[in-house]
Amino acid sequence: MSTRRFIVTAAFVAALVSVVILNVRASGSVARAGETIHLSEAAHASGIDFVHQRATLDPKIANIAPHVGALGACVSVADVNNDGWPDLYFTTSRFGAPNALYLNQKDGTFRDIAVDAGVAFVNRPGEGVSMGAVWGDYDNDGYEDLLVYKWGYVQLFHNLGNGHFEDVTEQAGLKRWMNSNGAVWFDFDRDGLLDLYVTGYFRSDIDFWHLKNTRIMQQSWEFASNGGKNLLFKNLGNGHFTDVTDSLGVGSTRWTLAAAAADFNDDGWPDLYLANDYGPEELFLNHEGKHFELARAGLEDDSKSGMAVTLGDVYNRGRLDAFITNISERGFLFQGNNLRINFLKELGRFDEVATGVVADAGWAWGARFGDLNNDGLLDLVIANGFISADSGRDYWYAMSKIAGAQSNIFEDAKNWPAIGTASLSGYERSRLLLNRGQAGFVDVAEQAGVTDRLDGRAVAMADLFNTGSLDVIIANEKGRALLYRNGRGGGQWVEFKLIGTRSNRSAIGAEVTVEFGGVRQRQVVDGGSGFCSQSDRRLHFGLGNNSLGRVTIRWPSGREQVLDGLKADELHVITEPR
Amino acid sequence: MTTAPAQETTSGSPSPVGKRRQGLRTIDPKYLIVLLITLVLVVGEARYSILGGYERLVTTLGLCLITEAFLSWWLRGRVVNLASAYITGISLALLTKPQANILWPFALGAFIAIVSKYVLVYRTRHLWNPSNFAIAYLVLAAPNSVAILSHQWGNDLRINLVIWAFGLIIASRARVLHVTLTYVACFVVLAIVRNLIAGGPLLAELAPITGPMYQLFVFFMVTDPRTTVSTRRGRMIVVAIVALVESIIRISGDFQLALLRPFYVSPPILALAIVGPIAMWWDLQRTAKRAQ
Repeated sequence: MSTRRFIVTAAFVAALVSVVILNVRASGSVARAGETIHLSEAAHASGIDFVHQRATLDPKIANIAPHVGALGACVSVADVNNDGWPDLYFTTSRFGAPNALYLNQKDGTFRDIAVDAGVAFVNRPGEGVSMGAVWGDYDNDGYEDLLVYKWGYVQLFHNLGNGHFEDVTEQAGLKRWMNSNGAVWFDFDRDGLLDLYVTGYFRSDIDFWHLKNTRIMQQSWEFASNGGKNLLFKNLGNGHFTDVTDSLGVGSTRWTLAAAAADFNDDGWPDLYLANDYGPEELFLNHEGKHFELARAGLEDDSKSGMAVTLGDVYNRGRLDAFITNISERGFLFQGNNLRINFLKELGRFDEVATGVVADAGWAWGARFGDLNNDGLLDLVIANGFISADSGRDYWYAMSKIAGAQSNIFEDAKNWPAIGTASLSGYERSRLLLNRGQAGFVDVAEQAGVTDRLDGRAVAMADLFNTGSLDVIIANEKGRALLYRNGRGGGQWVEFKLIGTRSNRSAIGAEVTVEFGGVRQRQVVDGGSGFCSQSDRRLHFGLGNNSLGRVTIRWPSGREQVLDGLKADELHVITEPR
Repeated sequence: MTTAPAQETTSGSPSPVGKRRQGLRTIDPKYLIVLLITLVLVVGEARYSILGGYERLVTTLGLCLITEAFLSWWLRGRVVNLASAYITGISLALLTKPQANILWPFALGAFIAIVSKYVLVYRTRHLWNPSNFAIAYLVLAAPNSVAILSHQWGNDLRINLVIWAFGLIIASRARVLHVTLTYVACFVVLAIVRNLIAGGPLLAELAPITGPMYQLFVFFMVTDPRTTVSTRRGRMIVVAIVALVESIIRISGDFQLALLRPFYVSPPILALAIVGPIAMWWDLQRTAKRAQ
């Protein structure tokens, strides 16, 4: 062999070896000693024994029923009785099975009061089954009301303030049959009343218990637009809502699984960010509450399977960035989660920067940012896993056969191979990513005590026990709900409870920017985000070892309020100046 | 993926007019294939952003062209026609679907593909189709990082028909239509057989061939005359064996044979990676013996 040929052969072998080495590194970063968060699973000990039950669907789609019906586990947080302690609402999806409203007992435990409160039995034949819920005080009476979105009729429950709720769906004008997996409260026209955006997943003419035919699936894996129509309901202020979807231009039919509302471009008006399954994400920019415009913001060319969208100021720039979960499965598919850094104001776009553990979290569902160790940087919890069944049987190969098919084949459920007892990205471990700033995220789930392998769907965070640290609640599909209690990080913290006056009373959409240690972190009051989840309306900021600087509140009404000299390690209740 | 089209020979010295007519008729099929894969690239990118970022194309195509130019000059003393490197580069850019925001599979895949033509040789012929080798190696050796194009094509019948129509015309012109049609016929027959064995919807078995990966496979990879046997009949037999091995992998997938799981991600490409070089080696040996 000539010298030149030898050199080429050596380079070839080196390239082959490099592939193997780089592949191992792709698994992601490992935490160094001491870099962790301490959580302990305490659902049962806290009196929470909620188990989600899957919907039973029309036998016509029995071949893929576990796939189609693998949704509906939700958790949403609200202080329903205004006692200063967050309460939890969980949904289940089987006819006759009750949803649960766990009232915080202020002693580290919860008690289910859903039946007494009148928000338990919403899963009924002819009415549909629960897919999730969001809280918001739509009538500004000081009590958080409850919207349950379903595969069936959405339901609005008015909180009477006495521990009971009244179903006001019909008089509110909201009795619509939808196959919805998401909803968000927000005040799009800044009139001080919470409006409602409900996402459609499957088409609304589909009744999953009386199917006319089996042509119900997406017409494309990545470019589908034959999903249910999203609807925007304007709150008229007299207990009524009216459908303004078409006049406002937000009726996407791209199989939306999740939505989040916030002012992404700093123009003072809340925009809508949609995570769409089988298609590109969508950002609808709000033009002064008069109409929405589908923005070209770097999202339209990146078509994946959006499952959830959660917002957070990842690098403490005073901006809201977006994290969108997607699917990754070894060998078959690397869609990768998106971490989109917000440069809308400067460049008119988001930049996607996810790599390693951020990009690949398996078949990822719900996610939530929160500073779990109070170090001043937002960490990220990701729930994942689709169908955990027979671990010896895998549906990925069978699904890959149909995934590339021409649309007429693909959208007919009867052409899909039977899933039987097979798993599909099952038994995946939840991810807990520690934010190290410019050093990137590192997965500390195992060290932190997050070891479950249930089929996670919804993730919510709240300082459930008023300890100054965020706890994590995960609702699992066909599994028990988990409560990861936080062992408390070492840093300082500050929390805010906002009460709107000119704005909606829940202050949903209010943005708080906290300055500390030379940086500023922005958070927004949550009207529903992630996947089928809603975190506490109280905002929690970790400060590290820094003192608390200026706090700026931008209320949904547009008013800006600056606060100096607030103390750290306290919850501050701030009422909007009139 | 095609490294060179089937060659045509002409004799005599035609008149200038005849030359022009003949020139139109006899455009080197290599450039028709270049045209077709460029069409696939343009349609896929314009309609579906199939590349996932132009840096992927620049990396893959650039490295393929540079590596081919350099190695051919360094090892053989002249820079060869770069059409086949162009086809390999675009094929890899389209087929490789790695984990988010990593470029190394494109860079290393391009390098491995082109260098394999100079290293994995037998009797001066390379054994593997370059892009087939690179893709097969990447999905088997780097499953944590690399997947293959499977569905990011919109599932749109009209786009499929355009690609198939142009593909069939050009395959005919390049005199490899018999390979394409033999493979498609075998796939359909074996899909029916698989359906009889494993059950389930027949359309699910037929569905893969309507997908994007197969368009690239049947028009650019399996038809590569430089990495298949020398006779027309032999090529048809080889491609039938490829379809058969693919079916064995698929049946193993249906019956959840864990041992072959790494192969389920791309049965046709891995079947070709197994059958192709064996057939080439056997054909080259047979040809050499005849010559002796």
